[in-house]
Amino acid sequence: MVKHSLIVLMWLFASLSQAELLIEVTQGKQSAIPVAVVPFSWNGSSALPEDVSAIVTNDLASSGYFRTLATSNMITQPHQLSEVIYADWSRLKQDFVVIGSVELQADGYAVQFHVMDVHQQVEILRHRVKGKASQLRDLAHYISDYIFKKLTGVPGVFSTKLIYVTTNRERSRFNLNYADADGAREQLIYSSKHPIISPAWSPDAKKVAYVSFENGRSEIFFQELATGKRERVVAFDGSNSAPAFSPDGTQLAFVLSKLGNPDIYVMDLATRKIERMTNHYAIDTEPQWDVDGRHLFFTSSRAGGPQVYKLDTANKEVVRVTFEGGYNARARITADGRKLVYVHKANDRFHIASQDVKSGLVHILTSETELDESPSVAPNGSMVIYAASEANRSILAAVSVDGDVKFRLPSKYGDVREPAWSPIFQ
Amino acid sequence: MQTTALYKTLGLAFGAMLISACASKGDVNEGAGSTVAPTATEQQAEDTNAVESAGVNGEALEAEANEAQAALREQTVFYFDFDQSTLKSEGKAALMAHAAFLAANPAASVVLEGHADERGTVEYNLALGERRSMTVRRFLMANGANGSQLKVVSFGEERPVMMGHDEGSYAKNRRVEVKYQSR
Repeated sequence: MVKHSLIVLMWLFASLSQAELLIEVTQGKQSAIPVAVVPFSWNGSSALPEDVSAIVTNDLASSGYFRTLATSNMITQPHQLSEVIYADWSRLKQDFVVIGSVELQADGYAVQFHVMDVHQQVEILRHRVKGKASQLRDLAHYISDYIFKKLTGVPGVFSTKLIYVTTNRERSRFNLNYADADGAREQLIYSSKHPIISPAWSPDAKKVAYVSFENGRSEIFFQELATGKRERVVAFDGSNSAPAFSPDGTQLAFVLSKLGNPDIYVMDLATRKIERMTNHYAIDTEPQWDVDGRHLFFTSSRAGGPQVYKLDTANKEVVRVTFEGGYNARARITADGRKLVYVHKANDRFHIASQDVKSGLVHILTSETELDESPSVAPNGSMVIYAASEANRSILAAVSVDGDVKFRLPSKYGDVREPAWSPIFQ
Repeated sequence: MQTTALYKTLGLAFGAMLISACASKGDVNEGAGSTVAPTATEQQAEDTNAVESAGVNGEALEAEANEAQAALREQTVFYFDFDQSTLKSEGKAALMAHAAFLAANPAASVVLEGHADERGTVEYNLALGERRSMTVRRFLMANGANGSQLKVVSFGEERPVMMGHDEGSYAKNRRVEVKYQSR
């Protein structure tokens, strides 16, 4: 794996100055595709509230799949197809050029954009998208997703969201936050003096489940994102934690510990009936559904240290999945079911590892960060976001499932922990 | 000598308990326990008058023993090794004192708060903290406390007492705190 350091940062657009997280790409793919996003034309009299083409540039660059061209290096800045001089872009060693225009309309904005293949000298994509005045960023991410899908074959995740927990140094304030996948537009959705852990998305992305200690012990709450309505869902005697929605959203796997023996349970969300899945004196925790909705991955200390196991919810059969090293925990599965991602301890350091489900081959993805934990996989299976320690603070960092692309989302204050990447919004 | 007289009146069981407590907890009482006890035996043979005063000093002894017990109970935080939930020997004397107090005061109750250091995963550490609380709970019950007096809760790695990222801080964070709700 050859490291290709992209320039640390970034485009300074006004709205990001108030966001808490800022993306820094620390490592991109060596095979990153060179693409030039020409600043879009704009027919309005005052400045656009969001620089759409800059957001698209930023999205493509932060994915690690693209190497974007600085506007200062562009020979011309065309807005119309007829203005594109392919020889110029060829000389700049660009594979693709994106041009576009933003128009103010009665009910909002319309953006038209084109993608040109420099080598074939042909337009390969033309699209028009409209949105309300408040949705300029959404329009930009939509365009990024569209281009990303067209050029890589993989759905883009620029329109997805993150939820994560921030805390102050004294751990006297815990905030559950909601933000764009690039860290922009952060919103506080719940705040407490008591710890909040293990946020998880419902598959329809309409609500989140999380563990709150507001009643002096760990209990599982649901919160509807659109309304903010909270509901205490799992609060049996003992400790209730680690919620995970089934892929169809009808069931919730969780951990219930009565008198110190954590086991995996599944709740039918329609009837609220629970079924015990494991019954072992060891620690069983961190359940996560396999893509088939029938099996659960979970962490167990039944062999001494924590290892990942797979449980068949139909017959409760358990098989061990991880074997390398003495600490493997908190497994997450990619949407295609092919890679398992988890926390792996090697040489007394905690890192994120991916394991090929078929071959069992393990690949340690992270090395620059310390105390890596809480991995969460992007819904297109491209990236893993996780919490790590840097300069005595907890930050969010991301790595591609193949280990080639890395970026960080350093925060301006406090510790950022427990990220959960949303599904793709339909 | 007042101490000599005191030791004379030690009930066997009580004495054994205090000495064992002193042996494992290197504290002020250690010197008194090991050096004075033999002298007491020696003097007991010759000095019959002192027996008379034994009853009087008995009260004082109980007070002092209670003080020793109370001193032991001042330790309310108990530490653990990484990824371990087994009790270390240095905490046992203090936990025995807590157990004795709880046994003698059925209305008293405690919350056993388990914690982990920041290494490893959040949920596994939550379970680990609970394991540690349970170890303390079992030990207290084996030494006379009633299960209904002992509430177990884990905060995992969420409530560190030391914010550093080194073994010194980690060792302080891997702990169970005994918190009295009523005495």
